[in-house]
Amino acid sequence: MTILEVRNASKAFGGIHALNDCSISVEAGKITGLIGPNGSGKTTLFNVITGYEKVDAGEVHYDGRTITNATPNKVFAMGIGRTFQLTRIFPRLSVLENMHVSAQRHSLRGLLGGWSRSNERQRALELLEFVGIAALKDAQAGNLSYGQKKLLEFAFILIAEPKVILLDEPAGGVNPTMINHLQSRIQELNKQGITFLIVEHNMEFIMQLCDTVTVMHRGTKIAEGTPANVRQNPAVLEAYLGD
Amino acid sequence: MELIIDAIITGILTGGVYALMASGLTLVFGVMEIINIAQGAFVILGAYLSYALAQHFHIDLFLGLLITMPVMFVLGVLIQVLFIRPLKRDRTMLSILVTFAVALIIEGVLTILFTANIVTLKAPYITQSFRIGNFYLSYIYVYGFLLSVVLLAGLYLLLYRTKFGQSVRASMLNRTAAQLIGIDVERVSALTFGIGVALTAAGGMAFGATTAFNPGSSYDLISRLLTIIVLGGMGSLSGALIASLGMLIIENVTAVVWSPTWSSTVFFVLLVVILILRPQGLLGKLEGRKQ
Amino acid sequence: MITARKYGKPVGLLALLGVAIAFPLVFSDPTYTTIAVFALIFASAASGWNIFAGYTGYIALGHAAYFGIGAYALAIICQRYNIPGGWEPIYLIPLCGLIAGVFAIPLGAIALRTRRHTFIVVTIATFFIVQLMAFNLRGLTNGSTGLDMPIPFQWGAGYQGGNQSIYNLPFYFTALALTIVALAVSWFIRHSKYGLGLLAIRDDEDRARGLGVRTGSSKLSAFVISAIFAGMAGALFAYFIGSVQPQFDFDPLFDLSIALMTFLGGIGTRAGPILGALVLEFAQQWLTLYFTQDGLYLILYGVLFLVVILLLPRGVIPSLQELWAKGRARGRIGPLVLPVKTPVMSAGTTSPPTATRMTGQAGETAHEEVPR
Repeated sequence: MTILEVRNASKAFGGIHALNDCSISVEAGKITGLIGPNGSGKTTLFNVITGYEKVDAGEVHYDGRTITNATPNKVFAMGIGRTFQLTRIFPRLSVLENMHVSAQRHSLRGLLGGWSRSNERQRALELLEFVGIAALKDAQAGNLSYGQKKLLEFAFILIAEPKVILLDEPAGGVNPTMINHLQSRIQELNKQGITFLIVEHNMEFIMQLCDTVTVMHRGTKIAEGTPANVRQNPAVLEAYLGD
Repeated sequence: MELIIDAIITGILTGGVYALMASGLTLVFGVMEIINIAQGAFVILGAYLSYALAQHFHIDLFLGLLITMPVMFVLGVLIQVLFIRPLKRDRTMLSILVTFAVALIIEGVLTILFTANIVTLKAPYITQSFRIGNFYLSYIYVYGFLLSVVLLAGLYLLLYRTKFGQSVRASMLNRTAAQLIGIDVERVSALTFGIGVALTAAGGMAFGATTAFNPGSSYDLISRLLTIIVLGGMGSLSGALIASLGMLIIENVTAVVWSPTWSSTVFFVLLVVILILRPQGLLGKLEGRKQ
Repeated sequence: MITARKYGKPVGLLALLGVAIAFPLVFSDPTYTTIAVFALIFASAASGWNIFAGYTGYIALGHAAYFGIGAYALAIICQRYNIPGGWEPIYLIPLCGLIAGVFAIPLGAIALRTRRHTFIVVTIATFFIVQLMAFNLRGLTNGSTGLDMPIPFQWGAGYQGGNQSIYNLPFYFTALALTIVALAVSWFIRHSKYGLGLLAIRDDEDRARGLGVRTGSSKLSAFVISAIFAGMAGALFAYFIGSVQPQFDFDPLFDLSIALMTFLGGIGTRAGPILGALVLEFAQQWLTLYFTQDGLYLILYGVLFLVVILLLPRGVIPSLQELWAKGRARGRIGPLVLPVKTPVMSAGTTSPPTATRMTGQAGETAHEEVPR
């Protein structure tokens, strides 16, 4: 079953076509890899799905609904969480406070109530434990290492209980131990039914983790299939080597 | 009808002088991302310098600029180096406080030296006027406008025809990138600040020649200058130019058709209207962050 | 340490409150109590300003407009309804704050369409609009002449002849009450989800919005709350001074002063603005008292500004907190520098996770080392 689908999306910045009639689909419960040379439009595609950019043409469908050009908060509330290539956490808040920011409650009582003694705190601590940075809960988030920031961003996405998680280069600039750790967390969550769409340049990471891989080049999809198939696809090789 | 045309002409002529004062402010913002609250005080200081030279040494107002502009340039560079460069964090906010402190000090010094009494600049061409068709024009308005045109043209040449200008524009576009390609951004900032302040020496003389002033006049000025650079889009020189002319024309016309009391209000109401329609100003870019 | 934190703070606060209450009784010289009233009025305004500017990171420099609106509201109400002196005008202060807050809704909404530097400049411009109104709407404000306040006659004969140390007391305690309320509201907001949203806006507004923080309404409501405090401070200020005039109640120095006070104490901290206000206002009043020459006072105040900013750019409270944190970290593990052992949870002690799909995972996920 397809849970997330982009149909014929186009997006231009000035004269540059970041997305050019691009269509991809993501199967529910699977881990899908999204690869392609630099500038092939992967991050733009993420931005379009999560509402950070508006498409010039095309549609985005999620779980039977149209979410084309919905605002980021709506997309997030509907169950699509994302991380950023250069993590976007709240550097001057503590790690635990970061977790509470993304667990929003909009009732007046929820807003005016304290957050430190609620169930939410319990849940936040569990998730920090899950990604492995619970010991840093009182640290200022801006002081974390790059990899720890990535884990924090991952954790505060989880607190909203998303159905689909989009990860933008989770393994980029992170040491091998951390990569393995991250990989096990992703697999763990996937077992519980969470769908993943992952942009990554680390091929080993993608090949080990993903059920299917989609390849983008010049703003559009050029190949799709199992990791093994994609690896042998001549169009893919050309895209990577040809530039 | 003739009154309105007269008001439009006055608006254009004084608008040119405001453009000169605002260009320094918007240029400094563009390069350093700081808001120089002292710009109004610098204008008044410039006016008093011209006043002092004329009173004590009988130096003509326009000739005196050859002295006051370099002096104000050096003052600007010194202020940037001593007070603004040391600010490492929260630079925007702290620079506002620092430049406000500078404005207070300037106001204090001027009050001690010249008292709080209102003064005017005196020269034959300030009181004399000439006639075109049915309109009488004061020489000083025309001279002030021409001075602004010459200086703004000079500023344009400096920015677009010299190596230094290239560095300034690069720093305005992207400070970090400019640093990476070997531009000494701090040096460019100091010189830009100096230029911005030097322009107020000329702007101050032209302002003082058409308006009576005292050390406290800077508040009214800075509020207008800030409005102009927001309207034009912060950091946009051509925006500041258009906004200055537009605002001063509208203000002068309002004074004629409605009442002088409310002319400044229209000035600010227009700001509100434009911000509702176009938050980034006429020629500005939106300030925000995307990844 | 936990005990010290739990009981140390309330005890310390109570002690401070005791000092604040005893102050005017011990130092009854009107010179001191007058300065103290001004200091507390500014402390409440700065603390209110910090709720918006400190928490959201949006620097508003037009709050003098709301200070002035509060002042004029009290003067106009007292005149229209023939309110006598005494306590009545003081009871009206919250209403004056609300009036200022009502004005802040449209003005704030317009200003908040912009961000960062443009926002700062727009708030300055809104201040000048309101000031201009105070000069020009003569029917309401009496123009540059201003309006008189009722004389608080019950408290001695006011400035002339009466006992001024008694005269100052009601103002002192009202200002103290305002400051305590401002501090309490700051504290409450800082510990609410709403306040957390404001802090998230300060760090990365677009990201916060993407995570479901209602950025627009949060910013505007914080703006209005801070304007209410500015308005209440303005109303009390006007009653204390005895009259309202555009040049004094709409003073561009006001915003720069509270901004500097907040920065001196530590922006975004709860006690910082109050500490900064007490220190700076005392310094300022002292300068005014001893250097009566107009220009000299301005120069000294400007120099004081520069000294504070260049020597203490971070503020007193954050600097102290850093020292305190360093002291605490000594002997314990520097949590950010070294890989830290996390307490390994055994499956038995794990409390059941709230979300169903995490069930049974938490125990297994305990990690030996914090990944770096």
